[in-house]
Amino acid sequence: MTATPARNTKVMNRFDLTQRLIAKLKDEAVIGGIGNTNFDLWAAGHRPQNFYMLGSMGLAFPIALGVALAQPKRRVFALEGDGSLLMQLGCLSTIATQAPKNLTMVVMDNGIYQITGSQPTPAAGHTDVVAVALASGLAKSSWAADEDDFERLIEQSMTATAPTLIGVRIDDKPGTGTTRRDPVQIRERFMHGMGVRQLL
Amino acid sequence: MAASAEQSSAQKQASPATTWHGIVLETLKRNEIRLVPYVPDRVLTTLIKNLHADPYFTTFPTAREEEAVGIVSGAWMAGMRGAVLMQTSGFATLANVLASLAVPYQIPLIMFVSERGTLGEFNYGQALVCRTMRPVLDSLAVEHHTVTRLDELEFIADRSIKQAVTTQAPVALILSPLLTGGKTFDK
Repeated sequence: MTATPARNTKVMNRFDLTQRLIAKLKDEAVIGGIGNTNFDLWAAGHRPQNFYMLGSMGLAFPIALGVALAQPKRRVFALEGDGSLLMQLGCLSTIATQAPKNLTMVVMDNGIYQITGSQPTPAAGHTDVVAVALASGLAKSSWAADEDDFERLIEQSMTATAPTLIGVRIDDKPGTGTTRRDPVQIRERFMHGMGVRQLL
Repeated sequence: MAASAEQSSAQKQASPATTWHGIVLETLKRNEIRLVPYVPDRVLTTLIKNLHADPYFTTFPTAREEEAVGIVSGAWMAGMRGAVLMQTSGFATLANVLASLAVPYQIPLIMFVSERGTLGEFNYGQALVCRTMRPVLDSLAVEHHTVTRLDELEFIADRSIKQAVTTQAPVALILSPLLTGGKTFDK
């Protein structure tokens, strides 16, 4: 017996989805949330337009909002775990109100804090994060049914006129790589990738 | 004395702003700080109203102070300067984001904190939370100044913003009730 409502969403894999996203990108910014989310972003192949978080759980979407406001002509992707987003649900309202059309948010939802020992989140099986996003005012929020649907939603978001949120159900696998934890170098390379400054 | 008075008078002429919030707004503008997310405070009301009224600024409320810190951090890395407005109790929620984002990534996070909890505080909780603020800043070696005088505000704010940007380090400017009038029981 389970309290989880039936969903027509396939359980996918974080690293696979991250690779599919990165394969579509040129100079778009990608903000990787704390833990496995940015580990898989790193493992998918480092690019200077990637920003990797080493703490501040829950701030991937706010950081991405800042990038999107500063550079409205550049598309910004943010990858966040469901547990991280629970830390900062209020940011969905802020983003809905600011409505940057160049922002695409992906929520990697496995219902667990995988990195701390796979404990279930308080939302697991009860809270629908896409429904929360819709209720927060993010009208372009939907679950990806499978990998093809994920790719279709990513491509749609690239020409969207409102911020997009894509929920993906993922398995309980850990991250594939480990981000090199050098915050200054991460930030400096990202600023280079954003065209803000030259590397020394 | 005469030279000092003359200098002070020249400074007054150079800046049309004679209120603390007017000086803060002009100093933000002069330093090209356009993005100002905030969690409101009674004392900050006029400043927030005037920021909204000025098309130079992109200013909006956030649900939490750390959210605002994330936003200005992202914006700075993408070439847009920002500052965060909050009150003392809001600052108390920031230890994690200061220690894991602003300080280690060397981000010039500029914070204006309206000081509650001292000089006539009527809420014991505010008085206690205020005592956590400077120890947190000191423990991370974050530059901070408590502004008490109108005639020092422009100098402290302008120099602190420039230092934050050039040294890529956060700064907290604590706006004392001596400067702002604070919030008192009958309000």
